[in-house]
Amino acid sequence: MSTDRTLFTDPDPDHARAYFQTKSRRETPCLMSLPEAVATYVHDGDYLVSGGFGAVRAPIAAMHEIVRQGRKNLGFAGHTSTHDIQVLTVGRAYNRVDAAYVVGLEARGLSRAARSWFESGSVRVVEDTNHGLAVRFKAAAMGVPYLPMRSSLGTDTYRFSSSTTVICPFTGMKLAAKPALYADVAFIHVHEADQFGNARFRGIQVSDIDVANSAKRVVITTEHIVPREEMVAHPEAISIPYYLVDAVCHVPGGAYPGAMPYEYFSDEDHLKEWLQLEGDPERYATATADWIFASSDHREYINKCGGAQRMEELRRLEIEDDPDHGVYQIAANGTYRSWEERLRGE
Amino acid sequence: MANKKERLYNEMELMIVVGARQLEDGCSVGVGTGAPCAAAMLAQRTHAPEILILFEAGGVKPELWKMPVSVGDSRTFRRGVRAGSMSDVMETCARGMVDYTFLGGAQIDSFGNLNSTIAGSDHDHPQVRFPGSGGANDYASYCWRTLVMTVHDRRRFVEKLDFITTPGWLQGGTSREDAGLPGNTGPYKIITTMAVMGFHPQSRRMMVISIHPGYSRSDVQNATGFELLWAEDLAVTEPPTEKELQILRTEIDRDGYFIGRTT
Repeated sequence: MSTDRTLFTDPDPDHARAYFQTKSRRETPCLMSLPEAVATYVHDGDYLVSGGFGAVRAPIAAMHEIVRQGRKNLGFAGHTSTHDIQVLTVGRAYNRVDAAYVVGLEARGLSRAARSWFESGSVRVVEDTNHGLAVRFKAAAMGVPYLPMRSSLGTDTYRFSSSTTVICPFTGMKLAAKPALYADVAFIHVHEADQFGNARFRGIQVSDIDVANSAKRVVITTEHIVPREEMVAHPEAISIPYYLVDAVCHVPGGAYPGAMPYEYFSDEDHLKEWLQLEGDPERYATATADWIFASSDHREYINKCGGAQRMEELRRLEIEDDPDHGVYQIAANGTYRSWEERLRGE
Repeated sequence: MANKKERLYNEMELMIVVGARQLEDGCSVGVGTGAPCAAAMLAQRTHAPEILILFEAGGVKPELWKMPVSVGDSRTFRRGVRAGSMSDVMETCARGMVDYTFLGGAQIDSFGNLNSTIAGSDHDHPQVRFPGSGGANDYASYCWRTLVMTVHDRRRFVEKLDFITTPGWLQGGTSREDAGLPGNTGPYKIITTMAVMGFHPQSRRMMVISIHPGYSRSDVQNATGFELLWAEDLAVTEPPTEKELQILRTEIDRDGYFIGRTT
């Protein structure tokens, strides 16, 4: 019984400060291909965070590339991770997890493959809660070693977590101390970014601002590349500024088969197909080999899953079925580009 | 199940309707997808138009024209008042502004504690791994009243949980507050396929308040792995009205995606 506190990352803010002291302050172009970004910024054994919530605005293309490049022994924050951890499971890419929510795909069901990887004994699991992980990212972003939190006390989730108890010096209250979580590398998928790394996303933030603030290296994958002029014309709309960002990768459909708010809905048929295939290890191995290893990038994968036609359907599901869709039209520079164009890389 | 054929509703519909009735107008509720969301939507379309619905991923008070498939999809903030962060929503709960939450789980015990983490006795070598807390532990820690919707059987209603993922009344009595969880919070009603249960005000043990039409006391006890308490004024659950069923079937779950099943 591992009731001793297990910390997969160093919560010491002075160690983090020493790292951040060395991070570039210059606004220089960092646009590169996703394979280059993964090769440069993700190492075996790193602690990884993926942005978004569930299969919504999750950096799925990046998870494919991490698996394609054969990264192993990663640590991972299971902050309602669903299809992202399902993809990482294909590569047996992780061996330790802070688990708030793992191995499930919300109402769609449980991932048999992820479950059996967790049940194999190959993964060290420390329990947490969704707010618990959010608080740990926030502590790291604040540059403090921990933050107090009132949830989870008295439960096994707390007992098997990385937390301990502190007494409030003002009220005498018992509180859970949540250790700061400084990830080695975070991937965040956004709607728009410029070539310097200024990025903006729309819809819910989940914990992505605190994740971007606290991870040592941040890779942005983006649906659209926009001119810097467009970003700085609306500074209040920038979600993540360039000085936090190490690389920007242009990946249209980068959250597919998950959803991208205002862009495309999740491909529920494909997610269902993935879940069903996990029940048949042989067919699952063949299918994932084709989707991930035999695809050079996410465009090729999307083309295998219905391509531009499917993306247009998902766009209609996300936007045009919505009676107020006109309000939300999103397109870089105010012009809509078809998925046929976008998947051609124009 | 004797009267099943004569009933005009299924068990899931009954649970959603009973769940909706717990939510008074002007209250706030943190929900997930599926039945809890359906219950909140039904309340909003019947007796509680001024209900404040929150989703843990950051969406607040959307116009729910369609059921979300994810707690984070755009339906959870479409024409809402906030597309914020998880911390926004959880902090709103922690500050005491969220009255209710709806939860489920693989196992529940007599104090309303929930397990959604593992099956088996050794955390490091589980027989089965489930998703874990998600936001459930936080919701149940912070919201004033926790509502649970679940299928009623001995596999789920157990004497001892394999793992306490989410706090109910913990070990009963004052143990919940003693552990440090915010005062005056805790499990409120357990709504199942057979009955509605509350908790004894001192011992905090589960107590049956009403039994659904078609079931007996022994049906309910036999489907429960621990000894139930019984309210003195034990009632029969008011069945769904035609209006409630119509709204549920034609406005909330048009495709029968959630109400078509009971697990």
